[in-house]
Amino acid sequence: MNIFLKSKILKQLVATLMISFLVCVVTGPSGSPTAPASGFTGSFNNKSSFFGIFSAPRWTLFVFLGLLVYVSFRIKLKYSENVSSFTDKVLFIPRKISSNQSTRRVTIGALVVFSLILPKIVTDHFWQTVLVSQIAVYVLLALGLNVVTGFAGLLDLGFVAFYAVGAYATAWATGSLPLPALFGIHIDPFFAIPVAIGFAMIAGIILGIPTLRLRGDYLAIVTLGFGEIITLFANNLYGITGGALGSNQIPHFAINIGPVKYAWGLAPVPYYYLTLVFVVLFIIIFSSLEHSRVGRSWTAIREDEVAAESVGINPLKYKVMAFAIGAASAGFAGVITAAQSNFINPASFTLYVSINVLVLVIFGGMGSIAGVVFGAVFIQAVSMYLIHTPPSGYQSQDLYIYIGALLVVMMIFRPGGLIPAKRRGRSTVHAKVQVTEGS
Amino acid sequence: MFKLEFWALLVGGIGSGFIYAMIAIGYTMVYGVLRLINFAHSEIFMAGGFASFFLLKATIGSTTPTGIMSVLYIILGILGGGIVGALLAMTLERVAYRPLRNRNAPKLAYLISAIGASYFLFNMAGKEFGRYNLSMVSPYVNHTVFTIYGAPVQMYYIIIFIAALIMLVTLDQLVAKTKLGRSIRSVAQDSETASLMGVDIDKTIALTFILGGFMGGAAGFLFGLNVGVVYTMGFTPAIKAFTAAVLGGIGNLRGAVIGGLILGVVESFSVAFVNGAYIDVVAFGILVLVLLFRPTGILGERIGRAA
Repeated sequence: MNIFLKSKILKQLVATLMISFLVCVVTGPSGSPTAPASGFTGSFNNKSSFFGIFSAPRWTLFVFLGLLVYVSFRIKLKYSENVSSFTDKVLFIPRKISSNQSTRRVTIGALVVFSLILPKIVTDHFWQTVLVSQIAVYVLLALGLNVVTGFAGLLDLGFVAFYAVGAYATAWATGSLPLPALFGIHIDPFFAIPVAIGFAMIAGIILGIPTLRLRGDYLAIVTLGFGEIITLFANNLYGITGGALGSNQIPHFAINIGPVKYAWGLAPVPYYYLTLVFVVLFIIIFSSLEHSRVGRSWTAIREDEVAAESVGINPLKYKVMAFAIGAASAGFAGVITAAQSNFINPASFTLYVSINVLVLVIFGGMGSIAGVVFGAVFIQAVSMYLIHTPPSGYQSQDLYIYIGALLVVMMIFRPGGLIPAKRRGRSTVHAKVQVTEGS
Repeated sequence: MFKLEFWALLVGGIGSGFIYAMIAIGYTMVYGVLRLINFAHSEIFMAGGFASFFLLKATIGSTTPTGIMSVLYIILGILGGGIVGALLAMTLERVAYRPLRNRNAPKLAYLISAIGASYFLFNMAGKEFGRYNLSMVSPYVNHTVFTIYGAPVQMYYIIIFIAALIMLVTLDQLVAKTKLGRSIRSVAQDSETASLMGVDIDKTIALTFILGGFMGGAAGFLFGLNVGVVYTMGFTPAIKAFTAAVLGGIGNLRGAVIGGLILGVVESFSVAFVNGAYIDVVAFGILVLVLLFRPTGILGERIGRAA
C-alpha cells in the first residue's frame, strides 16, 4: 500500500483515470430526479462510436483518450526537459507580435479590417445576431470587468449590476418603463447612450464608495450580494421597473437630425457596426488609461495596497474610479442589448452573466486587453455554437459546468490567462516573494 | 395575538439561525486556517442535502417513518449529508485549493478557483439530478409538538434544535479539548511555527475542511427536510451564513453560532417591517453594515483561539 501511494507514476495514472471518468460524466447524458443514477450509468455504459470505426461503452473511450494524453505527456517529458516549453512558445506568439511596433500595427490593422468585413463573411442570421448580442456585448462587458479585476485587482462578482443599470436607464430614458422619463421627454435610444453610461458610472461610484473600503475577499462576497439585490429590486419594483416582465417596447436606434436620417431597425448588422465603433473607442480609452498615471496607480494598488498608500496613492479614490470606468462600458453594453432586442427583463441580468464575464477575463488574461477581447470572442463563440448545434445530451445550462471547471483549471495551470498582461507581478501569477502570512 | 406572532417568529428565527450557524462554522474554520473565504461551501451544503435525500429515498422510500424509525431517519440523514459534505470538502481542498497553496498563489486566485468550483458543482448537480425542487418533507416533521402562548412549535424545529446543539457542542469540545483540535488551533495561530513543531499542515487543513464540510452537509439535510432540495439551494443560505460568520467574528467558532442565531432571529422578525420579497436584503444589509462598522464582528476575530 505504501509503495502504491509513493509511486509517482501510479499516482499520476490514478489521477488520469479520475479525470477521464469526470470528463466522461460531465459530457454524458443528464440524469433525472426519479432515476438519479441514470446520468452516471448512461455516461459510462452508453455505446459511443469512435469516429465510426468501432463502437464501445463511453467510459472505455474516455479512459483510452486520457491514457493517450498521459502517455504523450510522459514521452514529451522524456525528450524535452519541460512539457510547457512548446505550449509556452505558442502562447508567446501574441507577446512577440505586440512587442514589435510594425507587426503590432499590421496585426491591429488586419483585425480591424477583418471585423469590418465580418458581417459579409458571417451571413447566417443566427450568427449575425450572436455577433452583436452575445459577442460584441460580452466583449464590452469583459473590457469593463478587465478594468476592475485586471487593472485594479478587485474581484467584482456583481458586475452585471452595471449592465442592468445601463439597460434599464435606456428603457427609462426612452419612456418604456412604468417610471415616467424625466420631464416626460422620451428620447431615442441613440441619445440615451450618454444617459445610460452616466447612470452606470454613477452606480459604480455609489456601489464603490462603501464597498471598496473592504478587503478583497469581502469585496467579492458583497458585490455578489449587490448583483443579486439588483435583480431582486428589478423583479419586485413593479411601478418602476415593470417587475418580472420588464419592458418590451424599447425602440430601436434611430437618428433624425436635419439631413442625417438613419434607422437601425431589426437587422443585426447595423448594430454590429455601431458596437464595433464603441468597442474600438473603449479599447483606445482603456489602453491609454492603462499606461497613464491612473493605470500605474491601479497596478500599484493591485500589487500592494499598503505600499501604494505609503507613496501617496489614495486607494479608495482609484478603486472607485476603476469601478466607475469599468461600469461605463457595461452601461453601453446595456444600451445595445436594450435597443437591439427591444426587450429587457430581470432574467437577463443574473449572477450567471457576472460569472460568464469573469471567465472571459480570466481565460483571456486579466489585465491584458488583447487577451480579454480574444477570450470574449472565443468563449462566446464556442458557447453559442453549443447552443446552435448542441451535442447529444447537452443542455444549455450545462455551459456553466464547463465555465466553472475552466476557472479552476486556469487558476491552477495558467493564472495569467492565455495572453497574459505584460505588467503583472505576483497578484495572480507565481509569487516571487515567499509570503508567509496566512498560508 | 402579538404574543403568538412573537413566539412563532422567534421559533422560526432560531430554527434558521441554527442552520446558518452550522454553515457558518465551515466558513469560519476554513478562514481560521487559510485566511480565505471558501466560496464553494454553499455547494457542500447543497451536496449534503442531495446525498441525504437520495440516501433516505433508497433506504426508507416514501413511507412516513414512525416511532424509533423516525429517529433513525434523522440520524441517517444527518450522517449521510454530513459524510458526503465532508468528502466533498476534502476533495475540494485537494483539487481546487492545494495546488494554489503549493505555489503560494495570491488570494484572488483562491477566490476565482473557489467560484469556479462552486459553479461546476451546482450545475453538475443540476445536470445529474434535474433542475426541480425535490421535496423530502415527511408529514410528521410538520406535527405540532407543543405550543408557546398559542404559537405552534413543529417537530421540525425540535429536530433542528437538538441536532444542531449536539453537533455544535461536540465540535466545540473537539476543537477545544482534543489533539486534533489543538493542531487546528496551532495552524490557525501560526502555520509555520506549527509545522516546525511537527504538525502536518496539509493534514490539518484537510481535517478542517472535513469538519466544516460535515457540519455544512448535515445542515443541508436539516434545511432540505423543511423545504426540499434543489441544485441552487446553496446560494442564499450560504451568503447568509457567511454574514453570520462575519457578524460573530470570523475565525471564531462560538461567534459563528451567536452570529447565526442573531441573524436568524433578526431576519425572522424583520418580516414584520419589510416586504417579504426583500427579506434577503435584510441579511445582506447587515453584512455590509457589519463589514463597514465592525469588521471584527461581535466577539471579535479570534483566529487561533477557536473556542
